Amino acid sequence: MGNNIFVNNLPKIYGAYTGGFLLFIIFLAIAEQMGMSNQMIGWIFMAATIGLYAMIGIISRTSDVAEYYVAGRRVPAVFNGMATGADWMSAASFIGMAGTLYALGYDGLAFIMGWTGGYVLVALFLAPYLRRFGQFTIPDFLGTRYGGNAARVIGIIAAIMASFAYVTAQVYGVGIITSRFLGIALEVGVFVGLVGILICSLLGGMRAVTWTQVAQYIILIIAYLVPIVWLSYQLTGVPVPQLMYGEILQRITELETQLGITKHHVQPFVNNDKANFLALTFCLMVGTAALPHFLMRYYTTPSVREARNSVGWSLFFIFLLYFSAPAYAAFAKYEVYTNVIGLPIDQLPAWVASWSKVGLVTIADTNNDGILQLSELKLNADVIVLATPEIAGLPYVVAGLVAAGGLAAALSTADGLLLTIANALSHDLYFKMIDPNAPTKRRLLISKSLLLVVAGVAAYAASLKPDTILHMVAWAFSIAASAFFPALVLGIFWKRANKAGAVAGMLVGLSVCLFYLIGVKFYGMTPWFGIKDISAGLFGIPAGMITLIVVSLLTKEPDAEMQAFVESVRYPRLGIA
Amino acid sequence: MQVSVKMREYWRKNLRITAVLLTIWFVVTYVTALFSPALNEMTFLGFPFGFYMGAQGAPIVYLALIAFYARYMNRLDREYDVHEE
Repeated sequence: MGNNIFVNNLPKIYGAYTGGFLLFIIFLAIAEQMGMSNQMIGWIFMAATIGLYAMIGIISRTSDVAEYYVAGRRVPAVFNGMATGADWMSAASFIGMAGTLYALGYDGLAFIMGWTGGYVLVALFLAPYLRRFGQFTIPDFLGTRYGGNAARVIGIIAAIMASFAYVTAQVYGVGIITSRFLGIALEVGVFVGLVGILICSLLGGMRAVTWTQVAQYIILIIAYLVPIVWLSYQLTGVPVPQLMYGEILQRITELETQLGITKHHVQPFVNNDKANFLALTFCLMVGTAALPHFLMRYYTTPSVREARNSVGWSLFFIFLLYFSAPAYAAFAKYEVYTNVIGLPIDQLPAWVASWSKVGLVTIADTNNDGILQLSELKLNADVIVLATPEIAGLPYVVAGLVAAGGLAAALSTADGLLLTIANALSHDLYFKMIDPNAPTKRRLLISKSLLLVVAGVAAYAASLKPDTILHMVAWAFSIAASAFFPALVLGIFWKRANKAGAVAGMLVGLSVCLFYLIGVKFYGMTPWFGIKDISAGLFGIPAGMITLIVVSLLTKEPDAEMQAFVESVRYPRLGIA
Repeated sequence: MQVSVKMREYWRKNLRITAVLLTIWFVVTYVTALFSPALNEMTFLGFPFGFYMGAQGAPIVYLALIAFYARYMNRLDREYDVHEE
């Protein structure tokens, strides 16, 4: 009964929370006017938000298996949508996406289309059926559907491969944000962030992560929208940036013509050719429908019906951010063309100076005329979102808010990923394969210890600042798509798919994908059809799918019991026979 | 397990709507992207239309497809008496 009261009160709880957060911002804004220092505002923001996440973690602590792994399967569709949104949108989406769009123009839209279009595949092929299967993890699904341990083991390996680089990048992002806003060393920042992540996932598993992710979503979306809405109001008089930047795009095109720029912002296929654009879109979409940390969120809804609705809510909540990102890029470009380029270098706007101090903006007067030309200005991708509050002339409290938003995006994704890795090891490897009789207490203890170990390793990897991190994140989509997508979708839709086929298909898909991306990236292999390494999935996915089908047909069909089981998953409830 | 004629019909309807929605998804994604240079010649809400489709149009269609599928299937569940309690 307590559970129902809790679920019914969710809108009230999070409504009050959102109001409280807004009051907190207003309070800080007033404090800033009364002379509170920027450094102090940064510290209060970080301490308050991380403290809040930790508190939710402590309140939601649990030692119940279903609560720990799937949040008790009672997360309503809307709230699972918000949690999925935060789980899904990483530091790269929050801070990097607008910068990518700034640099690539139309060609950057491959990320927008890829990361939203993938939800259609999730809705049609996976979410309702995974929920009906009702397991705890994605390797769990593979183990149950195909029987034996082979498919499960490959699933564990692929899940860890796709998640580890990803989580390292998030921890690194946390380090960058905390170090920049608190003025501490990156290595220290990494561990500060880690404490926030661990308190949450360690005590309460999926349950704590879910309710924290909802809280993090609310902070990150407010932080993303406030600066751009304000800037739109200043530039166009209408506070709806998502509609108003169309006009700005037209002015950008005119300015580009005047400035003699031939690669127009809105012109397709000038920074990436047509084949690579379509290939990248495809890999990002299929990868979305295969990343374990994201798919496992659909195990937490109370029913198949809610799982279907939840995919829609998830897309709605990420859409709010993704359809605003191109506006950030357009407004920043307009500002650069009108207020930065062509000015004497000693009269540039303040934001250019303040961000060049930290190295995110570089100015080199190569022809020594004292005037800034476009080719003399370089902007780091991260600077677009971070500098917008200053471009709009907003008080420092908004910059602090943006930092808190970026932190929420990185922490929430890291939470989900760490849990995926730890669960793959504790639930799938230890409980299902090594000691099926392990008592609940030991299972959870092992899961929690592994969480600590994985988090420690990720933090160590992040503190080494490897430059390949960003590449590895982009690879995660191709890796997950090649390894999981054929086995998951055919496992649901094709009764004839059997263990030999799945094992062969996953191995071949994963190998082709890894061979291609490692070959092209590190060994100078000539790309096939000119496709870049980031889209290795274009070859891995069909290779895995064909192998799965051919090998399944060549070997014995699954037994009648398994076929009946697959059939039963097609119906949310077995009706009258 | 006994699967009745009615249940097979439910599954067939599910496959059909899945195929229809997937076709729309394909057209909205790949056909509009391929023709985006030509679509950019048109203006929609002040945007070059090709750019608009990639930035907002396609995601809005995706959202509509998912919402429609959820509604359709949740109804179909009841109609064929395979809904959860």
